[in-house]
Amino acid sequence: MSTVITAVPTKPWKASKRERGLDIAVFLVSIVSSYAMVALTPLKGKLAYFVIFFIAYATLTSVFKATQRGSAAAKDALVNSLVAIGAIVTVIPVASILATVLAKGLPGISFGLFTNDMALATPTDPLNNGGLLHAITGTLILVTVAMIISVPIGILTALYLTEIKGRFTGPIRFLVQAMSGVPSIVAGLFILSAILYPITKAYSGLMGSLSLTILMIPTIARTSQEVLNLIPNELREAGTALGGTQWRTVAMIVLPAAKSGLVTAIILGVARIAGETAPILLLTGGGDRVNANAFNGPMGSLPYYIWKSFNAGSPEAITRAWAGLLVLVGLVLVLFTLARFLSTRKAAT
Amino acid sequence: MSIQEITIPLPRQITTEPRRSDKVFRSVVTAGGLSSLLLLGLIALFLGYRGFEVLLQEGLGFITHSDWSISTDDAGNVIESHFGLAAMLVGTILCSLIAVVIALPISVFCALFLNFYAPGWLRKIMVTIIDVMAAFPSILFGIWGFLVLMPSVEYWSKLLHKYLGFIPVFDMQVPVFTRSPFVAGVVLSIMIIPIITSVSREIFSQAPLDRIQAAYALGATRWAMIKAVVIPHGRSGVIGGAMLGLGRAMGETVAVFTVLNIVFQVNWQMLLGAGGNVASLIILKFGDASPYEIKALMAAGLILFLLTLVVNALADLIVKKTGKSGR
Repeated sequence: MSTVITAVPTKPWKASKRERGLDIAVFLVSIVSSYAMVALTPLKGKLAYFVIFFIAYATLTSVFKATQRGSAAAKDALVNSLVAIGAIVTVIPVASILATVLAKGLPGISFGLFTNDMALATPTDPLNNGGLLHAITGTLILVTVAMIISVPIGILTALYLTEIKGRFTGPIRFLVQAMSGVPSIVAGLFILSAILYPITKAYSGLMGSLSLTILMIPTIARTSQEVLNLIPNELREAGTALGGTQWRTVAMIVLPAAKSGLVTAIILGVARIAGETAPILLLTGGGDRVNANAFNGPMGSLPYYIWKSFNAGSPEAITRAWAGLLVLVGLVLVLFTLARFLSTRKAAT
Repeated sequence: MSIQEITIPLPRQITTEPRRSDKVFRSVVTAGGLSSLLLLGLIALFLGYRGFEVLLQEGLGFITHSDWSISTDDAGNVIESHFGLAAMLVGTILCSLIAVVIALPISVFCALFLNFYAPGWLRKIMVTIIDVMAAFPSILFGIWGFLVLMPSVEYWSKLLHKYLGFIPVFDMQVPVFTRSPFVAGVVLSIMIIPIITSVSREIFSQAPLDRIQAAYALGATRWAMIKAVVIPHGRSGVIGGAMLGLGRAMGETVAVFTVLNIVFQVNWQMLLGAGGNVASLIILKFGDASPYEIKALMAAGLILFLLTLVVNALADLIVKKTGKSGR
């Protein structure tokens, strides 16, 4: 005779129904008390609801846990609510920004916006006059030119840090990090003082692109460096063992293996500079007409258009600014999603 | 039997000398790598070169005086000029300190939430949100801050002034609450939350797992574990992250310019609607500046550059050090 014991999986740490009920009760009491406080005392406003709810919830849970399980549990409960508040407060601005941009920008979006420029219109004109074609083409050109210059430099820097590992690895890694902290306005001033004043003496898209390059290189270099570090060393060793020179190993094995990661790095760099405003204000001259030549003449761009419309101040102009922001945010989000998609697909394989 | 001549190939020369293609490759990559070094040097050099004249003229007064004026005669010659950055520097430091003070606790709690509290799906979503937040253009924060956030912040500053006015920093004589350094600080804090959060998250996730499990095994609550293991491990990394945020906040231009009322007077009262910011000064004065004033702006840019460079370098060193001293 043997007794058969079947182990029933239990989760003793899980909250019982009674505990759960009490938790919900505390939550409800906090909501009720926040409403009561706002209704009965001079404290008013959305903030008051929020703050009182939080204080009520934090104290109630702590006291409740203290009576049940002692002071350690009470502290734990307090930190639980603090941590939750940190997360909520972080998310609120993003939600608010996205909601506002959508709500205020959508009325300004029309088909004409994408086919007209502002050559014959001013920001304060009615909304069906003019559009932001010049700004969109301008931003695309600025970003493309900046990409052409900074992608090779950024990736070469990353290659130096991961493949060559020469004498300057330490200083260069440090400087790339420091460079990513260069304020955008300083990048603009640098191009102004080093190229625009002594050499070209005129605003043009190229000047804007050059300043964006300074901001884009560190982003690309750092992200690509991380990607290249993830490439297993066996691949490099295999390449060398087959008799490949370092050049061929890097060009035909390492770079193809890191391809999608490098694309992600480039996209993140583009997202970083697409909305950059300060250097654009200093360097491009901000034309109102479609200008496809980056080397000659003032060039409009989305940030400049938004800036100009926002400063014009009339309701139409503000709507224009929001519409421009919506387009810009849409662009950044699309780029970002693309980068995400590429990098997660890479991780999956 | 015929004698056959056999040619024995000479042994191949083996050398560690890289091939020509490798030499070219190495020198190209090294040149690319050194370009960042070159660029940073050039930035300091050119801004210094352009601003030299003004820096020489003003001497130390350039960072201790606070008036910014220039008068020229009809021919455009400079008659008299006073350039002082004191108000702007004070404003820059004030705004970015407010930003860090607000953003640091929020970010640290958020990072703790992401690492130790959030279930996997929520963490994924929140990390994406925070990354998106970091990619938002600064002009967006500026305009949103001006049109949407400022009314609320103004109300908060009135509350602060009313109930905490006895503390010197919340005190003010003239009740002007719009466009104050506090508003700019709040906007900047939202901009740097993603930076500090992601640095802290990275550092916290490197906390030694065995110690975390040991703490739990000894019966620690989650907070007791965090206090005993995660915070000692991550403290200096978080400080480094905060300094990275500080550097970003100091160099921010457009967002601050949109919400801040720039006044050339040293003002430490954070709720008063008068402040300064070096980067915004450049945007403000650039439009109609004479060549000589541009030189002063270049000098201002140089000082901003050096300031952010130092802050960033320190931050980087601190973060690196904690990363290495992992356990």
